[in-house]
Amino acid sequence: MEHIVIIGNGIAGITAARHIRKASDCRITVISGESDYFFSRTALMYVYMGHMKWDHLKPYEDWFWEKNRIELINAWVDHIDFKNKELGFSSRETLRYDKLILATGSLPNRFGWPGEDLDGVQGMVTKQDLEKLEERTSGIHHAVVIGGGLIGVELAEMLHTRKIPVTLLVRENGFWSSVLPPQDAKMISEHILAHGIDLRHETELEEVLGDEQGRVRAIRTTSGEEIPCEFVGLCAGVRPNIKFLESLDIETHKGILVNEFLETSVPDVYAIGDCAQQKKAIGLRKPVEAVWYTGRIMGETVAQTVTGTRTSYQPGNWFNSAKFFDIEYQTYGWVFNKPGLNEQHFHWQHESGEKAITIAFDTETGKFKGINTFGIRMRQKVFDRWLNEEKTITHVLSNLKAANFDPEFYERHEAEIFKYFTKNLQNT
Amino acid sequence: MSRIEQNMSVTGEAAATLNTGQKLASFLGMSGLIILCLAAFNLNFPNKVLWLSIALGSIIAGICWFAQATYSGRPAGIKNDGVWFKSMTSRGYLAYLTGLGLTGFYILLYFYPEYLGLRAQGDNVGLIALFDPLSYLLSGNPASQWFVYGTLYTIAILAFGVKFLWKYRHNRYEKLRTYSVMFFQLAFAFLIPEFMSRLNDDGMNLPYYDLKNIWPLNYYNFEQYRIDGFLSSGDIGLALLIFGVVSIFVITPILTYKYGKRWYCSWVCGCGGLAETAGDPYRQLSDKSLFAWKVERWVVHSVLVFVVLMTTAVVYSYLGYDSSKYWLTRDVFLIGVGVFLSLLFAAIWYFKRQELQKDARYGAIGYLVIILGLIAFHYFSGQNLFLFNAENLRQAYGFLIGSIFSGVIGTGFYPIFGNRVWCRFGCPMAAILGMQQRLFSKFRITTNGGQCISCGNCSTYCEMGIDVRAYAQKGENIVRSSCVGCGICSAVCPRGVLKLENGSTNNRITTENGVVGENVDLLDLLKQKSL
Repeated sequence: MEHIVIIGNGIAGITAARHIRKASDCRITVISGESDYFFSRTALMYVYMGHMKWDHLKPYEDWFWEKNRIELINAWVDHIDFKNKELGFSSRETLRYDKLILATGSLPNRFGWPGEDLDGVQGMVTKQDLEKLEERTSGIHHAVVIGGGLIGVELAEMLHTRKIPVTLLVRENGFWSSVLPPQDAKMISEHILAHGIDLRHETELEEVLGDEQGRVRAIRTTSGEEIPCEFVGLCAGVRPNIKFLESLDIETHKGILVNEFLETSVPDVYAIGDCAQQKKAIGLRKPVEAVWYTGRIMGETVAQTVTGTRTSYQPGNWFNSAKFFDIEYQTYGWVFNKPGLNEQHFHWQHESGEKAITIAFDTETGKFKGINTFGIRMRQKVFDRWLNEEKTITHVLSNLKAANFDPEFYERHEAEIFKYFTKNLQNT
Repeated sequence: MSRIEQNMSVTGEAAATLNTGQKLASFLGMSGLIILCLAAFNLNFPNKVLWLSIALGSIIAGICWFAQATYSGRPAGIKNDGVWFKSMTSRGYLAYLTGLGLTGFYILLYFYPEYLGLRAQGDNVGLIALFDPLSYLLSGNPASQWFVYGTLYTIAILAFGVKFLWKYRHNRYEKLRTYSVMFFQLAFAFLIPEFMSRLNDDGMNLPYYDLKNIWPLNYYNFEQYRIDGFLSSGDIGLALLIFGVVSIFVITPILTYKYGKRWYCSWVCGCGGLAETAGDPYRQLSDKSLFAWKVERWVVHSVLVFVVLMTTAVVYSYLGYDSSKYWLTRDVFLIGVGVFLSLLFAAIWYFKRQELQKDARYGAIGYLVIILGLIAFHYFSGQNLFLFNAENLRQAYGFLIGSIFSGVIGTGFYPIFGNRVWCRFGCPMAAILGMQQRLFSKFRITTNGGQCISCGNCSTYCEMGIDVRAYAQKGENIVRSSCVGCGICSAVCPRGVLKLENGSTNNRITTENGVVGENVDLLDLLKQKSL
């Protein structure tokens, strides 16, 4: 019986395993050193905040894996013999495979800051990070979080719920300004400040300072200011976790290079999820995407390929979502932080400062290119159709009601948005 | 795993501690409870009006103040920080203590009301007597143990309703729903029946009737003393009796078709009202395992069969063989019940058979055969209908289901098993509404394409123990008979994935879409290949 081995039990690896099982009777083994069972990484924060317990993070009950004949191994792989199709574990044991799927995920970026290895400095990606965080933030008086991105704001919120004062350092002049247009970034910055987070714009980490025991005692910013703290969260992005492949004969760059079928340079070896890097970028997407749903789609796609239906990875129109404290964010299509050539942004913000939309459209044709929506839920299916059908911004705004996904009885703003649009933009 | 859990509970102090306002508010509310306890221990308060007002006033004020101290001054939004660190909401010491107290109260109320001051002869004493002034004010009669219970129940829904409104002040669906249960409890369950009993002075004999309490939740509605009461109370009585029948056979199906069972379970019902307000802090304690779901299906539908048998036997027992006593005769009634159940079964089988799971089919056939068999057996052998004496069946149901299940376990165990144990495992009304909701309704919870990140907030905070995430992460609609439409899954979702909707019945039940990037080719492929 063919043996398919998957390294990594995150969303990509587990989705692959599930869909391989749907399509085939082969032997499936999933290896992870991080946890016994698949859990939702995106929800780690809720365990720290006391919204959920560890068991709630597991989308499948523990009996699921045996019932579906998916073998789970809790171990670290530290060597792969591609020629003999054999994995070597850190325990010196080995395992043979016929097809191998690499789904090893990401690690937090470290930029060689002085002091970044001190006790009390860490990222927030893995289960082990959560355990360390729990230990190191017990009874502390101040924490510093580096990085104005999705994990940064989540870590700040986590610490905030434990009543630990947080300073959040952001390199740009607005939160997540490398992605969000200025007005959006400004609104989120204000929201974060309103929650009592000491958000510092245009401030970068220079050095982490330690005490005699090798523990963090403060950080110094590039402007020379010292901020005392007992904990430093490094949230300046993530990178593919591929260090264990360094000396092996497989093509890598930032991540493991794959073609459109998610095949690596080694026959019968595939890479999916955060650790994979597309040789040829798909549309405007980045070659490496550390996003939950792309991991899932890659898992579904590779499952087709390894079970005999060679299928190319097509993630469709870009979309994503996040939550910044109490403001939900969704995006459909492309809205970049600055309008591109022949492109314009339409921005509307509610007086509460907690709801807004920004729409990118073509200045000449009016073609709708994408939307950022804050505090108003939108229906993916509708925006997906509008993007595929290349609708204009006028069409989108006059039919915005059809895309609303807010709970029943919520206050509606479509009329106000449309009026604002006709007044401010259509005549120019 | 255990390492995380242990650490969590040890270092979670920050979120778990009470602030000064919360402490003072707890003290105020508790002192009101202590006055009630003292009354129960037969301390005779000289001025009942004053002391009752102080007691109930401090309880209400204490709860509202606690809510104010908890939520005001904090930004609107989801307030689940530290839920699993707090003893009260994570099955800790306080939870067991509260569960014990509530359970004890229910046992006294149902089985030993004399300890609350009920006297067979002469005036009541103790706690019940303390409530006399309020009871005289409303109905003109002295208080009973049920009046005490009704008053405290209403206060709980109103005061904890205020707390819930504060907690979800950003969510209009939750706010409207809570105003609704508060209104129905105060007006329909508490005030109107009390006022109605004033009518009885004028030669009327109306039974105590909470109009929104529909059979079979109100399992005693068609007992002889009530039917006689309705029939001897002129047009009003007849109208109420007709309303009782119409509400189950006409109003309920129409509203459930249009809005799902939520119109009742989380907007109107008193049990639901208490669960959604006083029970809200315990919603995360429901069991989400597949095993619990299986148990739920068998238990709740068995209770439904039990109540149908019991009611049929009770009604049958007082009907006559000819139409001199009531226009409905025994034979017409019994055959009518048999024909109705058979037609209902046939309709479901014909239209919806493919939507029934194997165990649902077996269960439905089995139960129908048992009921029809028992009716036939009765005709052939002349034995008691359903083998047991109707009065015994009624008493058994009242004791096991009416008292133990809905009261002692259903509410007493809120802090241990969650706030909807009765609604999920025991309520026959929920079983009927659930069947309609699953098979004949426009209601569903829609999921938003591929936005789900499987975080599990929805499943954790589902009071009915539905594994919402299992559907959301596959992009499937949630169409479950047990869903009471409280809307909390949608509220706690951090990615805007869930929406409660009434829509077309076409494509209401969807299956796994496979690829979530709306990739059409691959989607078709997966459909062909899916197991």
